[in-house]
Order: sequence, then structure tokens, then C-alpha cells
Amino acid sequence: MATLTYRDALNQALREEMQRDENVFLMGEEVGVYQGAYKVSRGLLEEFGPKRVVDTPIAELGFAGIGVGAAMGGLRPVIEFMTWNFAVLAMDQIVNSAAKMLYMSGGQINMPIVFRGPNGAALQLGSQHSQAWESWMAHIPGLKVVSPATPADAKGLLKSAIRDNNPVIVLEGEMLYNLKGEVPDGEHIVPIGKAEVKREGSDVTLICHSKTLAVAMKAAEQLAEQDVKAEVLDLRSLRPLDEHAILESVRKTNRAVVVEEGWPHAGIGAQVVDLIQRDAFDDLDAPVQRVNQADVPMPYNKHLERAAKASPEKVAQAARRVLYLE
Amino acid sequence: MATKVHMEALSPTMEEGRLVKWTKKEGDAVKSGETLAEVETDKAVMELVARADGQLLKVVVPEGTTVPVGNVVAWIGKAGEKVDGAGSGSQTAGTGSQESGAGAAKPAPAAAPARAPAPAAAAPTPAPVAAQADPTRVKASPLARRIAKESGVDLKLVQGSGPGGRVVKRDVEGGAAQTRVGSTPAPSSRLPTPGVPYEDVPLTQIRRTIAKRLAASLGPVPHFFLTTEIDMERAAEAREALNKQLGEEGGKISFNDIIIKAVALALVQHRACNAWFQDDHIRYWNEVHIGMAVAIDDGLITPVIRNADVKSLRQIGGEARELAGRARNRRLKPEEYTGSTFSISNLGMFDIEHFTAVINPPEAGIIAVGSITPQAVPDGDRIVSRRRMRVTMSCDHRVIDGATGAKFLQTLKQMLENPLAMLL
Repeated sequence: MATLTYRDALNQALREEMQRDENVFLMGEEVGVYQGAYKVSRGLLEEFGPKRVVDTPIAELGFAGIGVGAAMGGLRPVIEFMTWNFAVLAMDQIVNSAAKMLYMSGGQINMPIVFRGPNGAALQLGSQHSQAWESWMAHIPGLKVVSPATPADAKGLLKSAIRDNNPVIVLEGEMLYNLKGEVPDGEHIVPIGKAEVKREGSDVTLICHSKTLAVAMKAAEQLAEQDVKAEVLDLRSLRPLDEHAILESVRKTNRAVVVEEGWPHAGIGAQVVDLIQRDAFDDLDAPVQRVNQADVPMPYNKHLERAAKASPEKVAQAARRVLYLE
Repeated sequence: MATKVHMEALSPTMEEGRLVKWTKKEGDAVKSGETLAEVETDKAVMELVARADGQLLKVVVPEGTTVPVGNVVAWIGKAGEKVDGAGSGSQTAGTGSQESGAGAAKPAPAAAPARAPAPAAAAPTPAPVAAQADPTRVKASPLARRIAKESGVDLKLVQGSGPGGRVVKRDVEGGAAQTRVGSTPAPSSRLPTPGVPYEDVPLTQIRRTIAKRLAASLGPVPHFFLTTEIDMERAAEAREALNKQLGEEGGKISFNDIIIKAVALALVQHRACNAWFQDDHIRYWNEVHIGMAVAIDDGLITPVIRNADVKSLRQIGGEARELAGRARNRRLKPEEYTGSTFSISNLGMFDIEHFTAVINPPEAGIIAVGSITPQAVPDGDRIVSRRRMRVTMSCDHRVIDGATGAKFLQTLKQMLENPLAMLL
């Protein structure tokens, strides 16, 4: 077990999978010579050569399409978007080609492709570069969506994604790349569709994923000072959703707060709340609360940006509300 | 600027108060410290005093209304000053989840007064059914509903601590501490308007606790016993006079008939003893149906003298004899030995001086009547011989408390010791 950054954990997953299967290749803007805009692909060009680590022009739709074609031909492409904000340009290939290929070919053509890159806001990148797209992605039948929050989960989920025969969206985070954590060496697989309790508690479940795990953990610490035992459930996968884990936790705590980076309207949290109200109705002691980014384009101004994001304080407040403490 | 008058916490545990009476009217001058209103808390009726000088500009909460602590009930200010809005009632329940900020956590005005039964006297056109119905919709979390169902808690009796008075888990888990102890109406003490056979009053929390604890210690019906000795001299004289007057007409009046009549009349005055325990509520009867224990060959049956309080002694006597006769011959119809609201067991004819009777459920009480025997009684500095009788009342403690039963017995004693009192 080594302590690695999230960035290096992803790098390790890529390297190990490329070593394991020669059909795996990486393609995207600046992934080769520059070793990745965020250095996720450091050393890979040197080790695997330009046929397997392919620099592309700034043409998201184009290289996403090349990836889809390569997957149809039996390769296992990993397509890196410099950020998911830019992947908007590649939506047609992701949604109309990758997601539907198996279905529209009557099950004849698999689509073992990974689309990955940083998602959501960083710091002061402005409205167009500070967007969390998970609800768009999770909306599409045919796609799998994962959003690791820790280095260990980043490694384990990327490895699962690369080995999956379906298109998998891997949502990383610019603000997560420097996050350090213990990562199991070698064959460390985190199955897609499995959430994880990151902190045990009995009074309220804080349901989160990706960057909001840290927010929820801080909120749980604040709540602990008021003798509230918050359970933190990291979804890890957004499609498929680990419904069993969500229901099990809510049945234990009777209360839930869903925290996510994205906007509230038609967000991931809405999907989680739908599940809870339907399948855990008799276990609920309070309506489920949600904490989201404010329902506005992300402000550039530092203070406004901070105010727009989900914060531990907002989560703790929502938790106190479902506990009828305020 | 006008000053708000809030519903204050007048007891440490008070969460809401019922505004019983405004002692000041709108327009009255008030001084700080002066009593503005009487407020019924969970424990007692207390005074709400002014915290400012000026004029009572506006009364927001009418008499009889229950409002949570902290709500505005009135405004004090300078004469002619304007006050904004109605003040307190603005906090409504049911805000959507997105808007349910801190403000929504305040309980909305409770609809408690709706649960009070219509006052007995002040209802010229009785609306009996409405008085019994409970129009208050209980708001409870799904979990609280499930817990309440599983543990047999009546949510209507639970004070919700969530937004808008929502009953939540902690309210049903905590048991008595969180529940509405003081605000459940006591039954009106005398029988109200005829035509309403009974009134169902939900069990209060304290009643429920008494029921549970005493039942657990004493058995399904927790009995306790009250004994009193009654001087029957004047009743005996009255009986002799009446029988003399009846002469050969037949249908003599017995002591038993007099006791039935007296018990029935005493129950009219002590409705709290004319009741059935019904698991989650107490049924206070507005009619008096006396069950009369009759020994039969292999047991006991209690034929019922219906509406004994309004029947004459001759009617009672006739019915009693007729029913007892048919009881011994096993000719009673089911409706003739069911539906009594209180019972009497008389073993006086067997020379039993004193005994205790077992309550005939679901009734709350039974009177055990002993024999009438001459007793040496001090009368000034003399000792005289008086005919006296001991009666023992068995009470179901879930319904009747010691003092309640004692007061009833006192009335019964007064009636038998001075039979003219029955005419009152």
C-alpha cells in the first residue's frame, strides 16, 4: 500500500492496464509529449510509444469519433478530455454513437471505450469552464458513469472502466488531482455500481460523490461536535446507482442529505431522492434535503464562487434541518 | 413603534398556550406588569402580563385559541398607532422543501381547540357528531407513523416537534415526555344534552400511562376500593312511608330500588364514573344504565335498568324484580344484560356487612352493597341505634382516580342519608 496522489493513482491504473492489454491506448489533447494537461499521463508516451499514447488536435468531436471507431474495431481506447467542459463538443459521439452502439447493432458490437477527464468547477475558471455534467451523462441509457473521490477509488474505478465492454464515463476533478491517499498496489479493482460508506454514523446519511465527499466529511466532523453522528455514503458510481447501499443507510439513519456539485434542477440528487422517497418512505423521519451548486452559471468572482458552491456549513445545516435541530 | 405581545412560556415545559380570556380589551390603557390575559398552560391557568406601557392596540389571538410559545398574540402602542398585519398567524405549514428554511421550523399555530368537546351547556342546537369528530389532520413523518402504529401510540395525542407541528421519530420514541399532557379536554362533569348516547374522549397521556402501569401491576383491570358507611335511617323511614302509601297496590319499594336510583342520580352528577375504558379512549356515557348483579344457579348475571336516573322508584322496582325473575329463569335477552354503564352488587340480603365487587368490564366502577344493620352511633353525648349500611366502590384506576371516586361516593351518601336530596 503506497500513498499516492489521485493523479498518480490514475496514472498507475493507466499504466497497469496498458501493460496488461495491448489493445488499451490513450488519446487526447496534450496526453503525449506534454504528458497530460494535468500530468495524468506522465511517462506513458515514453513507455508505450506514440501508437498507444496519441496526441490529437483540438477537435473533441473528431477524436471521440476515432475512439468509437477504434472500439468497434476491437481496441480499448481511453479518451481524455482536457476537461468535461470541452467534452460538450463531443456529445454526439458519446451519446449517439458510443452509448447506442451495442443496442442498435442488436448486441453485435461492443463499445469498450473510456471517456475521462476533470469535471466540475476548480477555482475561478468562469462559467463555461466550471460545470459538473454528471446528470447529463447519467441520464443516458448505454453509458456507465463513475466519479471517484479518493486516489484508491480513482485507480480501482479506472481499471474497472477500462476492462468494461461498455462505454464508461470517468469524472475526475482538477481539485482532486493533488489529493493524497493510500492506494493498494497492483490489482486493485473497485467494481462499478458499488457505493461505499466512508464514515459510519447513525443519525443522518450524507450522500455524496466526487469532490463533495470532502465537503460531506467536513460537515460530518462539524456535526460530530454537536453530537450528531453523520454517516457519509460515497456513491462512487452514478450509473448504475448503488440503490441497495443508499436504502440500507437511510433505513438505518432515517434521514438523508444529498450533496452534489451540479445544479439542483434534474440533478443526481433528484434521482437519489426519488429512490429514497419511493423505497424507504416508511423509514423517513424528514423530507430529504439537497445541497447543490447555486442554480446560476458559476460566478468568476472568488467570493461569489465560494458562495455558490456546496460547503460543509450548508451540508451541516441541511443535516440539522432533517434532524429537526433548526 | 408598537410592541408585540408574545405568547410567553409560563411554565418550564410549556410549548403552547390556550388564550382563555382577555382581561384587557382593544383600546384599553395598559401598564407594564398589568395582566392582559389568562393563559392555560400545560399545568395551570396563568396570567400573561404587559411588557410595555400604552394602549392595547390590537388583539391578534381570540379567546379559546391555542398558539405556540413565541407567537404574537397582541400589540401594545400609542393610541392611534398602526400595527402591521395580523401578526402571528402568518407562519403556515407545508412549505416546499427548497424553501423550508429556518423559518419553517417554527410550529404553526396548533389547531388544538378544535379537539375540545362542545361545552355541555352552551349548545342550544346540539351538533353531537361534530363534537366527537377530530378534524385535525395529524402531520407525522412516515417513520413516526410506523413507530406509532407498531407501538400503539395514538398520533392525535402526540405533540409534534417538527415544522408545522409534524410528529417526528423523537416525539413517539420519547413516550410521555413529549406528548400533550395538559391539553386534552376533561369530560364535562355533568350529563349534557339528551339525545347523545355517549361522548368518546381520547385517552390522555397520563391516563394512558396510568392504564399501562396499573394494569401491569394488578391485572387487566386495575381495581382500587373505596368504602363508606351510610346512615340509612331516613331512607328506611322514607321507604316505610312510601310503602305504606302504596298499601295494597303492590310493587313495594325495596332498599335495592332506592340504592339503584341514588346511584343513578349520583352518576348524573359524576359523569367521570359513568364511563367505559376502551383501550385507546374512555367513553363517558351521557346516559345511565345500571347493571344489577343477580345471582343465578351457576353464576351471576347483570340485567340492566336503562336510564335509571329518570325512572321512578316504582318503575325501577318493577323492572328490577321482573328482570331478576327472568334472569333466574334464564329468559333474559342479550340486550337486557349488556350495555350497562355502571353496576351494583348487593349482598345485603345475605347479611354480608362489607365486601368488594369485581368490576364488570368495560365499566369503570361497581358498588358493592352490604347489609343494613343497627349500629351504635354517638349522637351528642348519647349513643343511639341507627340503621347503617356499608358500601364499597371498586374503581378502574385507568378511568377513575381516588378523589374522583370519593366525590361520587360522597354524593351517593348524601342522597341516601337525605333522600330528599334526590329531588334536587
